[in-house]
Amino acid sequence: MNELPEVVRLLIFLVGIIGFAALNAAYLVWVERKGAAHIQRRIGPKEVGPFGLIQPLADGVKLMTKQLLVPAGVDPILFKVAPILLLVPAIMSFLVIPFSEDLVGRDINIGLLMIFAFASVNVFGVLIGGWGSNNKYAVISAARAVSQNVAYEIPMLLIVISIVMVSNTMNLNEIIRQQAGWFFNWNVCRIWVNPLMPIAFVVFFICSLAETNRAPFDLAEAESELIAGAYTEYSGMGFGVFFMGEYANIVIGCALTTILFLGGWQSPIPWSPAGLLGTLWGVSWFLVKMYFLIWTVVWIRWTYPRIQFYYLLNLSWKILIPFALINLILTAAMIKVF
Amino acid sequence: MSGYFEDIYTGTKSLGIGLGITIKAFFQPVVTLQYPYETIKMSARFRGHIELVGSEETGEPLCIVCGMCQKACPSGCITVAGEKPEGSKKKVLTHYILDFTKCSLCGQCVESCKPGAITFSKDYNLAGPRKEDYVFDLLKRLTERNS
Ligand code: SF4
Ligand code: SF4
Repeated sequence: MNELPEVVRLLIFLVGIIGFAALNAAYLVWVERKGAAHIQRRIGPKEVGPFGLIQPLADGVKLMTKQLLVPAGVDPILFKVAPILLLVPAIMSFLVIPFSEDLVGRDINIGLLMIFAFASVNVFGVLIGGWGSNNKYAVISAARAVSQNVAYEIPMLLIVISIVMVSNTMNLNEIIRQQAGWFFNWNVCRIWVNPLMPIAFVVFFICSLAETNRAPFDLAEAESELIAGAYTEYSGMGFGVFFMGEYANIVIGCALTTILFLGGWQSPIPWSPAGLLGTLWGVSWFLVKMYFLIWTVVWIRWTYPRIQFYYLLNLSWKILIPFALINLILTAAMIKVF
Repeated sequence: MSGYFEDIYTGTKSLGIGLGITIKAFFQPVVTLQYPYETIKMSARFRGHIELVGSEETGEPLCIVCGMCQKACPSGCITVAGEKPEGSKKKVLTHYILDFTKCSLCGQCVESCKPGAITFSKDYNLAGPRKEDYVFDLLKRLTERNS
């Protein structure tokens, strides 16, 4: 891929990434519904196509043919900008995610920083959507989303800092390269670098759940108390785009967890075919790990009920942040000592 | 501080148990009945709307047109009518209409019927857009079943 002109390469990546995000959004809905159904011992979508596989397409057509209502009294600009503000940063983050050693949109040195920079725009989308809707439920939900994100960004970043300290780089590809070899070289198992690594992994995963507003932290949506939270006033594709953004964020969160802790595109054994096959090999491992995490996200959603807001803040401030801090200090100490 | 680690331990453990339960359910076979495509046989005591019983040999209704069921019905769902053919002592049922829209499935009609000419059907697959569809001509249903 490296001999193509830069512009062409980026264009291909942009199209590919948007396609990947859209496909993921569509089929994660399907996975979610199937997962939910089987956990409740139902069947789930089954009418449209084999195993209901064409259901996302049907849903898409339905969403697109619905009228995009803009209720009276909303702030028309903010109202329309909000879904895009949620979706675009999520898609942008895909640019720096290395799917394989040489399959990455932009192999930049501050990839990790860029993802977090964009991730903080995402909560802005929810906030603006809620505020612009001029609806009290939406505003409550937007306020919740912000305080939740503030609470969970801290432990998440503390963990990330410790990873950066261990790897000594913010380049995602480099972080993965350092986890080469057997699977016990993956960050999650490297307890000789930092004995708290597995806990750091769990904390990071919990935080990424909270960041993406997934159950049991889906207080921003809270469809049973706040109707649909910040998205109450949205209809048709406006709502659809919000959901696409949400699912894209889940993919990003799981991809990031894979990269930081599960060795990204590294296979669990120190062997890889050469050339194009090697790329495919890497991509498959990356996708397997990522989708396993995504499936866990679905599994978690249909296991736990939504928690109350003060539980959520207690969990963050009383448990996750202290552990993340201890982890950080321990990492620093271990690096200094050894 | 004493309860802190204990809380974390029990909390994590119970979260794990929860995940275990759901994953087990995930791999268990589904129990949904695919309703419009599948129906189940109702249990012996199921009470659907009433149905006329035909005699085992001839298939003719056992009803002697005594009118007890009509009298017993608190909702007035039942209309029976019969006539005496020339030279016969017994009445023959000509008309048995059940207005199921008003029936409360109380079973008084079945209880009051001495010859046991009516019973509960096992039919629960009843849904329709029009009220008139639920005024049943039970005699017609019986002849249809016989043929
Ligand atoms: S079940 Fe009760 S309400 Fe229904 S027809 Fe018989 S007596 Fe009337
Ligand atoms: S009570 Fe029985 S026998 Fe008498 S009219 Fe009703 S169905 Fe016929």
